[in-house]
Order: sequence, then structure tokens, then C-alpha cells
Amino acid sequence: MQKNSIKEATIKAGKGLWKAFPMILGTILLISLISVSIPKSFYTTVFSKNIFLDSVIGSLVGSISAGSPLTSYIFGGEMLSQGVSLLAVTAFLVSWVTVGMIQLPAESAILGKKFALLRNITAFVLSLIVAIITILILGVII
Amino acid sequence: MKFRDKLKSLSGSWYFLGTIILIYILVSIFNQEIYLKSLDFFSQIIYKVIPVFILVFVLMSLTNYFITPKFIMKHLGEKGIKKWFFIVVGGVLSTGPVYMWYPLLADLKNKGLSYGLIACFLYNRSIKIPFLPLMILYFSWQYIGVLLLVMIFMSIVQGISINKLMGVAPLGVSPKGTRSQKQEVKNENSYSIRRKNAR
Repeated sequence: MQKNSIKEATIKAGKGLWKAFPMILGTILLISLISVSIPKSFYTTVFSKNIFLDSVIGSLVGSISAGSPLTSYIFGGEMLSQGVSLLAVTAFLVSWVTVGMIQLPAESAILGKKFALLRNITAFVLSLIVAIITILILGVII
Repeated sequence: MKFRDKLKSLSGSWYFLGTIILIYILVSIFNQEIYLKSLDFFSQIIYKVIPVFILVFVLMSLTNYFITPKFIMKHLGEKGIKKWFFIVVGGVLSTGPVYMWYPLLADLKNKGLSYGLIACFLYNRSIKIPFLPLMILYFSWQYIGVLLLVMIFMSIVQGISINKLMGVAPLGVSPKGTRSQKQEVKNENSYSIRRKNAR
């Protein structure tokens, strides 16, 4: 196995984090502003405590969002602290990382339109299923 | 480099950060209370995530050091169930932006890798080992463990579904479909044999 040198590996990691830095910093700033300005009751209005509707809303929001997964964890964690259900947050997290609306043109061009569309549609549907199964399992083991 | 060229070279995320800072400036002018409270909230989050980011950086460096695309691609030519296992592991261990992997996957597709295996690989790319500390900071160990296991299982479900939807038989079994579908499976099998012979 041909390894990268330690220096190369560290530089690559630094570059990766630096690339995500403005998006993460901007997201934390935005979350701070939203958390302070919008009352918690707003989230409970959007997420209605309906198991299916909540996960659909979470998946939709996650699907149209883009950026590093690090951002989604921070955003998801703060959503949870604002009273949004774990089900909706899970659907949001999974669709954020598995549905790639931003990369869709590149994926279509290189791997084929039919494949790219099918992959993203199934990833969206699976984000709902993953969220429901995860919460059901957690409900049993905790 | 001219100022205009420098601006053009900036990525969209820097514009996003710039816009947020501009919003903060406007808020500081029109509502000092919200501005100060937001900064306080911001500092609380930053204080919480900085140690985790240091750990993330170390884990990313280690992943970059030990795992290379060459190492992952070496194991994608396995057969049957073993192939799915290596695809899952390869997807989890792969690093870098997803679009960097498209040309490599397209090349493997031409050499016979099925669409389902590509979908499975891409799904597992969403599991980032170096980012686990941050996930655990916001969620519990149990939650992360269950979520990751369910996601790995669903990546295989997606792979099999994609194979069916695209008309490719799973695990390289001869399909009852069209000539092109049969050719695809034939390519996949011949690719596995070539990899085996090469080894």
C-alpha cells in the first residue's frame, strides 16, 4: 500500500478543514442569530409532532441543504436543543449527507442521468426509513 | 493578481460568510440586544466545538495518511458478498470531495462495476469516521451507533434497489433481462476475474 507522507496527509487535512471553515463559521453565526431571534414555538409549529410529516420536512430541508457534514451535525444538534424531534433531526442529517442536489449535474454528466436521479430519489426515501428505524431501535434499547 | 480576479477566485462559502457578517453589522446597527445575545450564543458554541475540531483534524490527517484511493480501488474487484463488504468499507474510508470520486467510479463502471455497487459506495461516503467526535458531542453514543449501523444496512438495500431499477442482477447472477443488461453483468464478472488474475 502506497501511503501519503505525514506532511502531505496533514496538509490535506488542513486544506479540507480550511475549505469548510467559512461555511462552518457562517453557519454557527447564522444559527446563533436565528436561535436568539426566533422563538422556540416557531420550531414546534413547523414540526408538528406527526411522525411521518416531521421526517418528510426534515428530509426535504436536508436534501436542499449543502455543505460539509460537520455543518449538518452542528445544525442538527442545535435543532434538537430547540425542541425539534429526534426523528426529524435524523431525517435531516441523513438526507443532508446522502442526497446531493448540488452535485446532481456533475453526477448526471459523469455517471449517467438515470443513475443520478434514481440514486438521489432512493436516498431521499431511505432517509425517511433510516430515521424511523433508528428511532424505533433506540426506543427499544434505551 | 487584481482585486477583481481575487474576488472571482473566492469560493461560494466565503461569500456566504461575508453575507452573514454583513447581516450581523446591520443587526448591530438596528438591534443591539439581539446582536449581543447572538455573539454570546456564538461564543458558547465555538467554545464547545474547538477542542472537537482539533480531534477531527488529527483523525483526518491519520485517514489521509493510511487510506489512499489506490488502496480502496485495489479491493473493489472482489466477488459476491465479499464485494459488497469491501464496497461498504471503501465508502466509509474514502476521503475528499465526492465529485473527485465520480471519474474513478465512472472508470470502474466501464470496467464492469455495477450501478448498485457504485450507489452503495456513494451512500457509505456519508459516514465520516473523523467526524464522529463532533456527532457524539451533539448526540449520544447509542444514537450514533444505531444510526451508522442502519445506514450501512440501508446502503446495501439501496445498492440492490438501484441494480433492480437499472436492470442489473444483484451479486452477478445471470439476469432474465435484455442483452445490454446481460452484458453489464458479464462485464462485472469479467472485471472480477481480471482483478483476480492480476493479483
